[in-house]
Amino acid sequence: MKFFTLTAIAGLLLASAVSVSADEKEVNLYSARKENLIKPLLEKFTTETGVKVNLVTGGADTLLKRLKSEGVNSPADLLITTDAGRLYRAKEAGVIRAVESDVLDKIVPTNLRDPESYWFGLSMRARPIFYVKGKVDPSELSTYEALNDDKWEGRVCIRSSSNIYNQSLVASMIASDGLEKTQEWANGFVKTFAQPPKGGDRDQIKAAAAGICDVAIANTYYYGGMLNSNDEEQIEAANKLAIFWPNQGENDRGVHVNVSGIAMTKAAKNVDNAKLLMEFLVGVEAQAFYAQVNNEYPVREGAESTETLKSWGEFKADELNLSVLGENNSDAVKLMDRAGWK
Amino acid sequence: MGIRTWWVVGIALIMALPVLVVASFVLEPFNDNWQHLLDNLLADYITNSLLLMLGVTVGVLSMGIICAWLTSTCEFPGRRALSWLLLLPLAIPAYIIAYTYTGILDFAGPVQSQLRDWFGWRYGDYWFPEIRSLTGAIAMLSLVLYPYVYMMSRAAFLEQSVAVLEASRTLGCTPFQGFQRVALPLARPAIITGLSLALMETLADYGTVQYFGVNTFTTGIFKSWYGLDDSVTAAQLSTLLLSFVVVLIFMERYSRRHARFHSTSNTENRGQRYKLKGWSAFWATFACVLPVLFGFIVPAVQLLYWTLNNADYALGSEFFSLVLNSLLLAIAAAFVAVSLALLLSYAKRLLKTPTVKASVAVASIGYAVPGTVIAVGVLLPFAWIDNTLDAWMRSTFDVSTGLLLSGTIFALIFAYTVRFLSVSVQAVDAGLSKIKPSMDDAGRSLGLSPFGVLRKIHLPLMKGTVLTALLLVFVDVLKELPATLILRPFNFNTLAVRSYEMASDERLADAGAPSLMIVLAGIIPVILLSRAIAQARPQGAKK
Repeated sequence: MKFFTLTAIAGLLLASAVSVSADEKEVNLYSARKENLIKPLLEKFTTETGVKVNLVTGGADTLLKRLKSEGVNSPADLLITTDAGRLYRAKEAGVIRAVESDVLDKIVPTNLRDPESYWFGLSMRARPIFYVKGKVDPSELSTYEALNDDKWEGRVCIRSSSNIYNQSLVASMIASDGLEKTQEWANGFVKTFAQPPKGGDRDQIKAAAAGICDVAIANTYYYGGMLNSNDEEQIEAANKLAIFWPNQGENDRGVHVNVSGIAMTKAAKNVDNAKLLMEFLVGVEAQAFYAQVNNEYPVREGAESTETLKSWGEFKADELNLSVLGENNSDAVKLMDRAGWK
Repeated sequence: MGIRTWWVVGIALIMALPVLVVASFVLEPFNDNWQHLLDNLLADYITNSLLLMLGVTVGVLSMGIICAWLTSTCEFPGRRALSWLLLLPLAIPAYIIAYTYTGILDFAGPVQSQLRDWFGWRYGDYWFPEIRSLTGAIAMLSLVLYPYVYMMSRAAFLEQSVAVLEASRTLGCTPFQGFQRVALPLARPAIITGLSLALMETLADYGTVQYFGVNTFTTGIFKSWYGLDDSVTAAQLSTLLLSFVVVLIFMERYSRRHARFHSTSNTENRGQRYKLKGWSAFWATFACVLPVLFGFIVPAVQLLYWTLNNADYALGSEFFSLVLNSLLLAIAAAFVAVSLALLLSYAKRLLKTPTVKASVAVASIGYAVPGTVIAVGVLLPFAWIDNTLDAWMRSTFDVSTGLLLSGTIFALIFAYTVRFLSVSVQAVDAGLSKIKPSMDDAGRSLGLSPFGVLRKIHLPLMKGTVLTALLLVFVDVLKELPATLILRPFNFNTLAVRSYEMASDERLADAGAPSLMIVLAGIIPVILLSRAIAQARPQGAKK
């Protein structure tokens, strides 16, 4: 029947479209980092080393599920996520392994990698406070904790508690202030929301620029993306705001940061090539890429920065070991739910 | 039972497997997270889900039925073009239309900025409907889901015997009463089919509601999984959602338990369409243009604008392979899903095996849970089979077979088939139920085999239905995202994946080009198939 012939032809065409050649020199990567934010680096790696990189992108939790269910036979050698909490989960689930590498140990700061070397941060993103120039004087701002003050009532924009970056931020506060105090803080903080949480980080910045709120919390690279956008409106909106680095006091912990990081899977078969790629990603050239393409902070000291990043100034980052973010994640979610943070 | 029956039972069970895998987590102990969800969240989530369903019901029924009735029984300017244009919103993924309308209507968007410019308003000076709200979500979902109701009820209206309507007129009904008291009740199974597809997709939606900050039941599912790292509770919540759908379907079936809807004949000549003139013609055109305008033209123009003006990302060399992958997957999955739907629907009609009936029912409700959850239901058994086989081969022959099924195109097509089996089975069922069993008997008594009856009698009679099913699955696969994301092989992307990656990175402008391509790739088959569907009707040639 025509029906089945057509089906078979389509099937064959598809099969030919994906046949991965049985290349000796290759490495397989599951990445929660979007393709356009990692592919150029992978191509450079292939040119330099001759090792081919096969890539599947997706959500960190679903990739983790796939990794778990595929078990020892998983084709994946490496896992990249965009937050430390998920790497902690991967370690807990027993699907990644420790990697001994002098290069990684030397370049990646201790707080940005797993204490037992199961995963390593590749690029750092900060989650500071943004304020509308002219409406808020930076001297009014100090810490995340102080944002629940009455004077901010109805003036803060922040996205939903479903978002991992908010979960990580609250997880870091639990680590510093304790569960009880953070709960109290969150109960008050939700009263400062100018509108029910909706949209992404850029939407919070846009809302502040439009006058809905005076202060917004967002990741730095979204702000950078807006400043360097092709869209006049986005540039204009971003220019109405400025960054305030919170918790910079002498005895304070510093601004909340998270990483996009990498781990080798337990099932990895191309161990040497995988390690080669991990080390390549903390190299001078690769590290500069994160800053150039996505306005992220390199983890490598002295890596080339960009004008945009430099214009934001220096800041002290929270030196909490990031695996704590993973440990506290469930607590953070429940805490925000109890506070009524939608 | 014969060997062929066993085959059918086997296939039906395999199709039900992913849903059963998800449901099996009910056997796991319920943990503390349930208490947390019950105390803080579920009441709110359930209320929102119910309101969303209610709103979408009103939205899709009003748009779908009115347009279907007008285009199938009336004559007015633009009717022919509108009858297929009305299908186009189906090609736009719900979360994409949500992004485009947010871009247009939110505070910083062109509409409000223009108003502020004109009137010198500032924030807080004026009221403007908030797009990112429950009402907004209802509007977005209704705009892209009404084509299900439109398609199904239009097919029903076209196939209704005109004699019945004429009889109602001779008994003193006005045209509207004829519609209300005869045509509408007769089309009920078809309308319900369309509505249930729309509602199941509404329940499964996560992208739109999440972006709009509307917490629904799916928010609970993903909060448990992603936030609390508890996929067991996520699966249990999904099962609760499924049971809810089962109850709804059962209630509807029960309410029409004594009714049968076979049509008396399929060769009846359709009478003249009502020729609308003057204002009534204008309003008819207007009513049919609105859904096309807001469901398709406005978002498509916004996408085009973004693509041309602000996109950093240009579709380069990979563009061709993205389109090819998307199209091939959609074609293959459409044929597989519809073949299986024909097999299973026909088996239900012929064999009346409870296992087949139950399995098809179970497989079909999977449409109501988020695609990611069903994809995990595919992932787990495939990986289990692969790993068990591998372990056995290792211990027996010392050979490793690795993963044979997981991460292949085969797994992906299987997932699509399972996910959209509901769509194809419902469409085929609707077509089959209209053919009187006496036709089968006549065919058999004239010496045809059961397969012969399907081929020589049913298929020609329901060519339109089969094409409709093909079209629906094709368009759904084209925009399918969650299963593609989690199950696809290495180095394999589709338009939907690319569009999502850009959008989830909050680069809406860059999501424009691939989204637009999904829509364009969907248009040609929509036009071709809707022509074929129109011609497939017995009276088609005379229209």
